[in-house]
Amino acid sequence: MKIHTLSLALSGLLLCAFNDSPSKYTIGDKAEDFTLRNVDGRMISLSDYGHAEGVIVVFTCLHCPYAELYEHRIIELHKKYAPKGYPVLAINPTNPFLFPEDNFEKMRARAKARRYPFNYLQDSAQVVFPRFGAVRTPHVYLLDKARIVRYIGAIDDNAESPQAVKRRYVEEAIAALMRGERPNPEITQAIGCPIRVPKNVPLVDSTAASPRRR
Amino acid sequence: MRIVYTFSLLLVLLAPCALSAQVFKIYDNFSELEERIAQAKSNTLLVINFWATFCKPCINELSYFNELHQRYASADFEVLLVSLDFKSQLEKKFLPFLRSTPLQPEVILLSDQNSDEWIPRVKPDWNGAIPVTLLIRGAERDYHEGEFENFKELEDFIQKFFERIGEPSPVYQGN
Repeated sequence: MKIHTLSLALSGLLLCAFNDSPSKYTIGDKAEDFTLRNVDGRMISLSDYGHAEGVIVVFTCLHCPYAELYEHRIIELHKKYAPKGYPVLAINPTNPFLFPEDNFEKMRARAKARRYPFNYLQDSAQVVFPRFGAVRTPHVYLLDKARIVRYIGAIDDNAESPQAVKRRYVEEAIAALMRGERPNPEITQAIGCPIRVPKNVPLVDSTAASPRRR
Repeated sequence: MRIVYTFSLLLVLLAPCALSAQVFKIYDNFSELEERIAQAKSNTLLVINFWATFCKPCINELSYFNELHQRYASADFEVLLVSLDFKSQLEKKFLPFLRSTPLQPEVILLSDQNSDEWIPRVKPDWNGAIPVTLLIRGAERDYHEGEFENFKELEDFIQKFFERIGEPSPVYQGN
């Protein structure tokens, strides 16, 4: 009983430390609409994907080696599945005061250099990722046509070596949805870089204050 | 010119010595770590910290684990630093880090990429974000997710663990 109270108290503390609202999505929850700035300067909402069969929401960033290892695979996911109705929607949840290498200008430059075929939104105010409950980068939430969360976790089972991948979790989950089935697994865990929330620093990225005209 | 050259040659020759200062093991499979854990006696506290060179909060707290090792390491108190760095970036990232940051506890590089399989074996509801610190003593376990703000927080975590299991704590003795 004592253990339980202690761990409950600990998890309570963790929630306070990371996140003001304890709500986070699990399998079967409907993702609420949100609006964030895209690297091209436009404001993009989840509801803009009205006609898509589903959306592959990927929390990713620039400073994390895991995210870097998956960058190419995220691009390939979009190229393969956007034509089938499942586009990637990438969101960078990093606070640029903690990681200046993730500021809006750097995001814009990277998206251009690597020719990201998908929207890459900035959540520098860190309001969207806590709703999802994302804790690391990369962290995938696969939404279906009704924007219900159907899969949460890793892209595949080998971050380090794409050649050694045995399970492509996201692709398998999309295939399951296409067959009208529940993905299996619905949740996977993976090592990744923690999404950090700073204490007492402003949440506005000055490099995004006046986005350049294209 | 020649002196510079000789000097740099000397540095190159000495480099392996500097390297060998930090001994570490590479485990390709999580079960090797489980075996390592199982080797500990039932009254030995294992403090296992999962970290990586690219994880800023992990790096921030490494000095606390050095201090913990310095103050408390004994036959009944072992500190393990389990790095999740990539084996493919050993030369580029991991070794240079170890050269610049001496680590006193035992260092292990865990290179088991199938993390969905082994993460639940550490803790069923661990979400994979590092750092995480695990305490093991016999059948007793406790976890700390996220970084420690200071050394005292780490000591308190261990102290509370011993209070909970009702065993005399080595922490704060003689303070």
